[in-house]
Amino acid sequence: MDDLYREVIIEHYKNPGYRGKLDPHDISFADNNPLCGDHIQIDLRVDAGGVVTDARFDGHGCAISQASADLLIESVIGKPLEEIKKLNKDDLLELLGIELGPVRLKCALLSLKVLKAGVYGLGEASDSLVE
Amino acid sequence: MPMSLNIKEIRKDFPILERETQSGVRLTYLDSTATSQKPLQVIEAMNDYYRRSNANIHRGVHTLAEEATAMYEGAREKIAKFINASSPREIIYTRNTTESINLVAYSWARANLKQGDLVILTEMEHHSNLVPWHMLQAERGIELDFIPVTDDGLLDLEVYKALLKRTPKLVSFTHMSNVLGTINPAGEIIRLGHEVGAIMLVDGAQSVPHLKVDVQALDADFYAFSAHKMCGPTGIGALHGKSALLEAMPPFMGGGDMIKEVKLRSFRPNTLPHKFEAGTPAIAEAVGFGVAVDYLTKIGMDDIAAHEHEITSYALERLEEIPGVKLFGPSADKKGGVAAFTLEGVHPHDVAQILDRDGIAVRAGHHCAQPLHEKFSIPATSRASFYLYSTKEEVDLLVNGLYKVKEMFG
Ligand SMILES: Cc1ncc(COP(=O)(O)O)c(C=O)c1O
Repeated sequence: MDDLYREVIIEHYKNPGYRGKLDPHDISFADNNPLCGDHIQIDLRVDAGGVVTDARFDGHGCAISQASADLLIESVIGKPLEEIKKLNKDDLLELLGIELGPVRLKCALLSLKVLKAGVYGLGEASDSLVE
Repeated sequence: MPMSLNIKEIRKDFPILERETQSGVRLTYLDSTATSQKPLQVIEAMNDYYRRSNANIHRGVHTLAEEATAMYEGAREKIAKFINASSPREIIYTRNTTESINLVAYSWARANLKQGDLVILTEMEHHSNLVPWHMLQAERGIELDFIPVTDDGLLDLEVYKALLKRTPKLVSFTHMSNVLGTINPAGEIIRLGHEVGAIMLVDGAQSVPHLKVDVQALDADFYAFSAHKMCGPTGIGALHGKSALLEAMPPFMGGGDMIKEVKLRSFRPNTLPHKFEAGTPAIAEAVGFGVAVDYLTKIGMDDIAAHEHEITSYALERLEEIPGVKLFGPSADKKGGVAAFTLEGVHPHDVAQILDRDGIAVRAGHHCAQPLHEKFSIPATSRASFYLYSTKEEVDLLVNGLYKVKEMFG
């Protein structure tokens, strides 16, 4: 069995725990991966102390992009925004537990890009956010 | 009566087909629509050119310059003959289909189209036959309209006939779709367009490699294609244009070779075809292009088309059997060697990635035809495509691979 599609990835892809939208929410951001057409939207609720109290993702795309979004959302609930700002590529790859080539890396990083662009309140999700 | 190809012999010409993608896993190359593999004949001709004949062309008087020029121009003659152009002067070397279409958009269209003029395209175009016209629309205010694609992947010619009543100045369409595989009735589309006085440009990127194309019988005004999809090298393609049109067009790029005379403040352009070939061209690539054309001619385009038809029919039949597979495009009798499909519950990128573990190369994505995918409300498809060296065994490997994908995603 190949690492890329280890069971936890397929499981999070097929049965995500955090797929959906939050209404109302405090932060919402969405973006595409133009290469694949993967799409991710992330909604967050944040308390007065700047801690994420709830989060969801929605969208479509390959198993890597969707599983990565689900794992990421699971990991940020209960975290302060300041800590989320510090997340980078390596943190996400650790969550996924796989190694990725450059093309699929973009799929995996889409959710982190969207999350950070939302947390920073940016207009656009750029690659530099996750390097 | 087409002869069946000797695939075993043909495959010996393509050493890459013997390689392994990992230890013990042999390549199954099902991505010829993106680019074809190259036979030894082409690889060696380019090698020989660099070993023996390399020199800059035209103007030179030494032996090598003359030899290189003769090879470069000789290839042009072969290419002209291959598509039955009335003269090699009508074959302009470009980098690829994309540049050929851009040449028409920059030179002919900017000289002939004004605000409000209508250009008709189709919903199945590759981005290379959309974006140059979007750019011209932004610059000139031309209007664009589109021949729609029906649910079974054909152009809706009734709508086309209605669009023609608005007297378009240009109609530009693909002879064969790189996603649906649809072979469009180019002769009829051109005849109808000519009736209202439109100039007809054909994207032949997929047709020239796979079908016998006769630009005079089609009566196309411009015909664009790429060497790399027809057993030739990357970096070279061609635009065929009727000489009367090409003569009247302003040059595309300025520089050396495209001039007859240069003064400090002016120039006079060269004659055809050199007028459109500025700077040192891709000489070794032109040589390779000529040899690719020889190679295809020797095997025979009718036999190649018949072989691809057999493989494609078999592939569609086998793919259809797989529960959850949805195929796009018309039935085998109306299409070339392309099978685009989705597999329920699995994203095309995952399909391609998992197939790759078994050495199977298919493409996943929108294949540079995003509007077409939007039309069918899907972000992406997986695409297997076939050429003269493809076999039924390779189709079987693909089908087995897809069953494995299904099992993983269960
Ligand atoms: C139908 C069609 N048109 C145009 C192109 C562009 O060809 P090139 O990239 O060689 O310019 C392609 C290649 O993918 C194609 O399939």
